Amino acid sequence: MAVVAKTGNEAMAEAMRQINPDVVAAYPITPATEIVMIFAQFVADGLVDTNYIPVESEHSAMSACVGAATTGARVMTGTSSQGLALMYEILPIASGLRLPIIMCDVNRAISAPINIHCDHSDTMAARDFGWIQIFSENAQEAYDNLLQAVRIAEDPRVLLPTMVTTDGFIISHGMERMEMLEDAQVKEYVGEKKPAYSILDLENPKTIGALDFTDYYFEHKMPLVQAMKDSKQVILEVGRDFGNKFGREYGFFEKYKMDDAELVMVALGSTCGTAKVAIDELREQGIKAGLLKIRVFRPFAAEEIAKELAGKKAVAVMDRSDSYNTQGGPVFTEVRSALYGTSNAPKMINYIYGLGGRDINVPQLKSVFTDLSKIDKMPEINYLGVRE
Amino acid sequence: MSKLMGWKELPPCDQLKASTAEEFETGDWRLGEKPVWHPETCIQCLICWISCPDSAITVKDQKMTGIDLKHCKGCGICARECPTKSKSITMERDK
Ligand code: SF4
Ligand code: SF4
Repeated sequence: MAVVAKTGNEAMAEAMRQINPDVVAAYPITPATEIVMIFAQFVADGLVDTNYIPVESEHSAMSACVGAATTGARVMTGTSSQGLALMYEILPIASGLRLPIIMCDVNRAISAPINIHCDHSDTMAARDFGWIQIFSENAQEAYDNLLQAVRIAEDPRVLLPTMVTTDGFIISHGMERMEMLEDAQVKEYVGEKKPAYSILDLENPKTIGALDFTDYYFEHKMPLVQAMKDSKQVILEVGRDFGNKFGREYGFFEKYKMDDAELVMVALGSTCGTAKVAIDELREQGIKAGLLKIRVFRPFAAEEIAKELAGKKAVAVMDRSDSYNTQGGPVFTEVRSALYGTSNAPKMINYIYGLGGRDINVPQLKSVFTDLSKIDKMPEINYLGVRE
Repeated sequence: MSKLMGWKELPPCDQLKASTAEEFETGDWRLGEKPVWHPETCIQCLICWISCPDSAITVKDQKMTGIDLKHCKGCGICARECPTKSKSITMERDK
């Protein structure tokens, strides 16, 4: 193990180097460019055995990933925002064919207006494409999550493509202290890929992704439903095992001062670091504030989250994107739906914040807890940090 | 029709055995006309074979042997492309 200073992008590129995937197909886009740029240098320097495919668009990148993955190869890519949007057509093909492709996804606002900074609108728009989605609070988590993503995605009970996200610039370009495993440790940890099938298996020729009409399409989507359900157990097992091996345990979420908390914030990504500082300051004033940091957004750990929030006085769900649906952001609608029909459900409000990289700071997050103490007077959906 | 499989019976990862298109009889799709081969004038140029979009021209030992009407969609390309003056494939009334 080595203690190093790395940006989120460097951390992800280093993880990719240590994973040493068979194929990487990628196209550059701010703020994810560095990940595949640094990795391309690793390829040029002969530090990995990867077949690197520079393509002419993200649509091609994901298409090449799908093609490569059907041969049984371990495949990775990286993208962000408009690049992810250009992949949307192919994302459900990857999950429909059960190809465990791993993606480094740097959260960035989507146009218009054009913007290169962080929000979660790109990733949230991809939430219903059958990909596992794991959010990271910092560079260390981005690194750890990416290593675990290989084990989760390739587990025969799962076989789902997986994206690990960081927050654009905040994590991707912020340099932090982090711990890196030795190359040999990662090599052993991720192991050799044991693919479910390979189209290059000439002894057993196959048709992949054939046409389904009204008689079979529905049946072919059901294993995806089941795999998402089954992935929950695998995510927990992998997170626990990672903790046993390397000292940092992971689950669906992290609880910060939740045990006796009365006022709870639910958030994901880098904002959680800021929220922890806000909570520490509030605790000094005797306010029982806590944080539920969602790490895994797909699958959504509804039951487990509902259990953590039951009996709390008031909950604020933080969304760094809007669904433009008039009833709150994607995290809010999921969390509230998780609590529907449960006993002891807390009062709950939503904050849409930080769109297009708008700064979110400690005083603002403290003000959310002040709002929570008078939740009956609060509107259900609030926009935090926007000028009227 | 054979019994439809439930989702738990399907092969994993949306795999099927290869060449399932062969089992799908696209000959059903013909609308009124079918190609008829006239071997007596055929010069075995195989232009019909290379032109057919459905691999419905059957060939054995590099010789054209006929038309597979189970898969021929009746597009008429073979008849149009056949270079013999009298046309060694003609489109005629089906059924
Ligand atoms: S009619 Fe069309 S499909 Fe049928 S044999 Fe000729 S070219 Fe092929
Ligand atoms: S194109 Fe006409 S002449 Fe040539 S092989 Fe076919 S039927 Fe015979």
